[in-house]
Amino acid sequence: MNIEQTETEILNTGTEPLLSVKDLKTYFFTDEGTVKAVDGASFDVQSGTTLGIVGESGCGKSITAKSILQIIDSPGRIVDGEVNFNPNGEASRNLLEMKPNGSDIRSVRGGDISMIFQEPMTSFSPVHTFGNQIIEAIRLHSSLEIKEAHDLAVDWMSRVGIPNPEQRMSEYAYQFSGGQRQRAMIAMALCTEPKLLIADEPTTALDVTTQAQILDLLQSLQKQNGMSIMFITHDLGVIAEIADTVAVMYLGRVVEVGPVETIFSSPKHPYTKALLSSVPTVYAAPRERLPSITGAIPHPQNRPSGCAFHPRCSSYMSEICSVKEPELLSVGTDQQASCFLYGRD
Amino acid sequence: MNMNPVDQEQSLDVEEFVEERISVASQRQLVWWRFKRHKVALIATAIVISFYVIVVFADFLSTSDPSDSEAYRGLMPPQTVKVFDGWKPSLHVCAITGERSKITFQKEYTRDCTEKIPVRLFARGYQYKLFGVIPTDRHLLGMSDDTLRPEDYIYLIGTDKQGRDMYSRLLHGTRISLTIGLFGVGMSIVLGIVLGAISGFYGGLIDNLIQRLVEIVRSIPSIPLYMGIAAAFPADWSILKIYFAITIIISLFAWTDLARVIRGRFLTMRDEDFVTAAMLSGASQRRIIFRHMLPSFYSHIIAAASLALPFMIIAETTLSFLGLGLRPPAISWGTLLQDAQNVQTIALTPWLMIPAIPVILIILALNFMGDGLRDAADPYSN
Amino acid sequence: MLGYLTRRLFYAVLAIWAVTMISFFIINLPPGDYVSSYVAQLAIQGSIIQAEEADNLREFYGLDKPMYVQYFKWMNQILHGNLGFSFEFGMPVNDVIGERLLLTMILAAGTIVFIWLVAIPIGIVSAVRQYSIWDHTFTFFGFVGLAVPDFLLALVMMYFAFVLFDFSVGGLFSPEYVTAAWSFGRGFDLAQHMIIPIIILGTAGTASLIRITRANLLDELRKPYVSTARAKGLSETRLILKYPVRLALNPAISMTAYILPFLVSGSIVVSVVLGLPTVGPILLKSLVAQDMYLAGAIVFLIGSMTVVGTFLSDLLLVWADPRVQFEGR
Repeated sequence: MNIEQTETEILNTGTEPLLSVKDLKTYFFTDEGTVKAVDGASFDVQSGTTLGIVGESGCGKSITAKSILQIIDSPGRIVDGEVNFNPNGEASRNLLEMKPNGSDIRSVRGGDISMIFQEPMTSFSPVHTFGNQIIEAIRLHSSLEIKEAHDLAVDWMSRVGIPNPEQRMSEYAYQFSGGQRQRAMIAMALCTEPKLLIADEPTTALDVTTQAQILDLLQSLQKQNGMSIMFITHDLGVIAEIADTVAVMYLGRVVEVGPVETIFSSPKHPYTKALLSSVPTVYAAPRERLPSITGAIPHPQNRPSGCAFHPRCSSYMSEICSVKEPELLSVGTDQQASCFLYGRD
Repeated sequence: MNMNPVDQEQSLDVEEFVEERISVASQRQLVWWRFKRHKVALIATAIVISFYVIVVFADFLSTSDPSDSEAYRGLMPPQTVKVFDGWKPSLHVCAITGERSKITFQKEYTRDCTEKIPVRLFARGYQYKLFGVIPTDRHLLGMSDDTLRPEDYIYLIGTDKQGRDMYSRLLHGTRISLTIGLFGVGMSIVLGIVLGAISGFYGGLIDNLIQRLVEIVRSIPSIPLYMGIAAAFPADWSILKIYFAITIIISLFAWTDLARVIRGRFLTMRDEDFVTAAMLSGASQRRIIFRHMLPSFYSHIIAAASLALPFMIIAETTLSFLGLGLRPPAISWGTLLQDAQNVQTIALTPWLMIPAIPVILIILALNFMGDGLRDAADPYSN
Repeated sequence: MLGYLTRRLFYAVLAIWAVTMISFFIINLPPGDYVSSYVAQLAIQGSIIQAEEADNLREFYGLDKPMYVQYFKWMNQILHGNLGFSFEFGMPVNDVIGERLLLTMILAAGTIVFIWLVAIPIGIVSAVRQYSIWDHTFTFFGFVGLAVPDFLLALVMMYFAFVLFDFSVGGLFSPEYVTAAWSFGRGFDLAQHMIIPIIILGTAGTASLIRITRANLLDELRKPYVSTARAKGLSETRLILKYPVRLALNPAISMTAYILPFLVSGSIVVSVVLGLPTVGPILLKSLVAQDMYLAGAIVFLIGSMTVVGTFLSDLLLVWADPRVQFEGR
């Protein structure tokens, strides 16, 4: 993470972001009721930068990512919002307007936008070889022959640091270690040179050492080809290391957005503040109680009225917080937060 | 400063309460709750229970003695019970007159509603013992005593070749067909549990041997074997002996599925902490198996049993149908269907196929019930 | 791979051996022995054999030796292709069975093909369009097919064919082909006649396979690798057929191995009801008449063929899913 680089890049590409998500709403219509997994999320990804999306389990981060590519399983459905994608600097297209599973969105999937997932073991088919699956990705988005695609795949496998790539091509997922599987997944995602890589908790299932290696790998690949990364995690430490911009999500909405240093040094939203202060630190006094956020995350079906965080908020204001829902407002030069502390609507 | 609204706290409490209820519910309760959600399985269970009610009350529900044969009343068509005579409420059936056709020499029957045979509930009929102990002669439906004439009859599903009432025979056939199944299932459950438990608990060589046995048994086609063994019964064996022998043979093939399931569960449970804890506290192996591990299988066992029962019923019915199982005068669905062996018979007297209906019904019901139980038996599967 | 296959071959051989023992047991169940039946039959025909002669015959056939010796002699005969003599039909067993065994196997194989062709697509559609009207319809018919015993289904179909179409269902050949040599025409004739028996035999198996395919496919569809494939940009049809279906096929293949014995059993019963020239009807006849050599021979043949079939599908399973051989059961 590099302060100067981030700012220059934001200035250089102008204000048109690579990906702009506005007011995304994805609901799950189950027998027990409607679950509003994502209920109005908005954020931007500038090209060449890394946006980190952070939040507790169940806040809707993964669903948001999947909604961008329209790969939500039923009974989920995207009910509202725009996802404007602008890979070439020309007019942006709203991805959500593309026919579900139609050829338009399918050329974006794996082509301009690639996605990697949390569980590399189960994300590969156990009965097809690696080579088969990577070559398939390549040939879906290019007109390469099998031989050429094969060579390209081997090239990428070595770029991500897998030893003996030629041999690996004819092996199966269960024959790899966890870290190598994740590298293979990255190779498969990047071999089509996407403009945006969505990484859905890719390091959560890995041990700390491997995690560090994967993060380094991602950063160096990003430097090489200038792609953007949307990195989803619940681990604040990872965010600190890899993100340029951070979006904090709570119960399906983005509650704060801003550059990573600003978020960490002066968080504005009470939830962000509480999150940061609950991270154990070496500098705490001995025997001091670990601060935690009071209450528990409500079930998405029992959404509190008004601001979703208000039952647990230490800055709760009774006249408004339980009545109206706050919008994302600018706070400072480059930060946004959705909280009535910073202005009424 | 926490000024949380009151209603928020209350709804949190309700949620906590529900969750706690779930976490302290016993295994059985969880299974029962999940089972209740399967409407189809509930209906199926109701059907199964009513079948077994028939087994108990077969005599009460019959209209005539099932072995009573009237040669000149062979192959008569069914008489439906009518409730009204014009506008008057009167329970009766229409008489059926028969004439031998001069051309085919077959008896042809027609319904003659000018002659009504009155029928009443709780009528007197042949003697029997309710529950095997209480002598009585009351039946649910029967001919009315006051107007009883020797030539009156009531045949709800017609008669068979020898003039016996198909309806009463069907009810009695239910008895045998469903209880053979129970004994067979009981035996195969015992076999399945014992072998499966040993296999799963001890593992290693014993496991290997038993699994090979399972595979060998499963790869041999059963019906030719049943047929072969059944045909070899000496003709002078009593019906009861044949009944039990058939049961034993069928269950020798039916235990494999249950054994596999039990073994699988034992294998996974063996490594669970609570088993290690029991071993460390000094419990004997027998105690561990029976007191600690087995109770979590009850629902699996019931599910497997209700899925094995149709297998038994089909096996017995098929064998008896082919003439190799139970033989007359024993009455089972299979022996009843023996009369319906060729097309000509069926075309002329289709009611002989009616015993097929309860077969299909009970098998469907048992399958649905077993499926529901199997889904509910694994509280952690969804 | 080789180790796994050798193991399965070994167990198959064991199974066949068990089958021979059971067959031999069946042969010897009724009271009396070969010679006494022979003597009795000759007596019916008018010639009387003295007790002494009978005993000589016994010695000749080794019937006075202990059971296991007799068993080996019988096995020896079988391995030489001599299955014994049928008293009921008055000719060697081999002649009685003739091409019936072949026809039984063709019927079973044809049914398996039918089951796969019908059940897999239906299972896939059912899973992909879960809870749709198609799903519920297929599931319902599936259950019915599962519940109705084969012979009942045969009866019912015969009834409807006769009553509605005045069409007599029965036999596997038209009159002109019954004793003809094998030819293309004969094969085609056979195929036509086999349709109804196959449908009858196949209903229970189809129902099971549909349920299994549907259940497994539903499980697989929820798995992460399906999301990955979708995120790569594969079209729905291609990705479903290439990934989850491929994985759901494995339980389907092992299920097929499992139903083979039931198929063979069922074909016996259906053949009896429909009067097909397969092994079934003569098995029944031989059992009723206590013609035990014929019966034992048929049981042996059928059992062995089934075990072989099960072994073949094990081969198929290993080829389809290489993980099977690593199962540390």
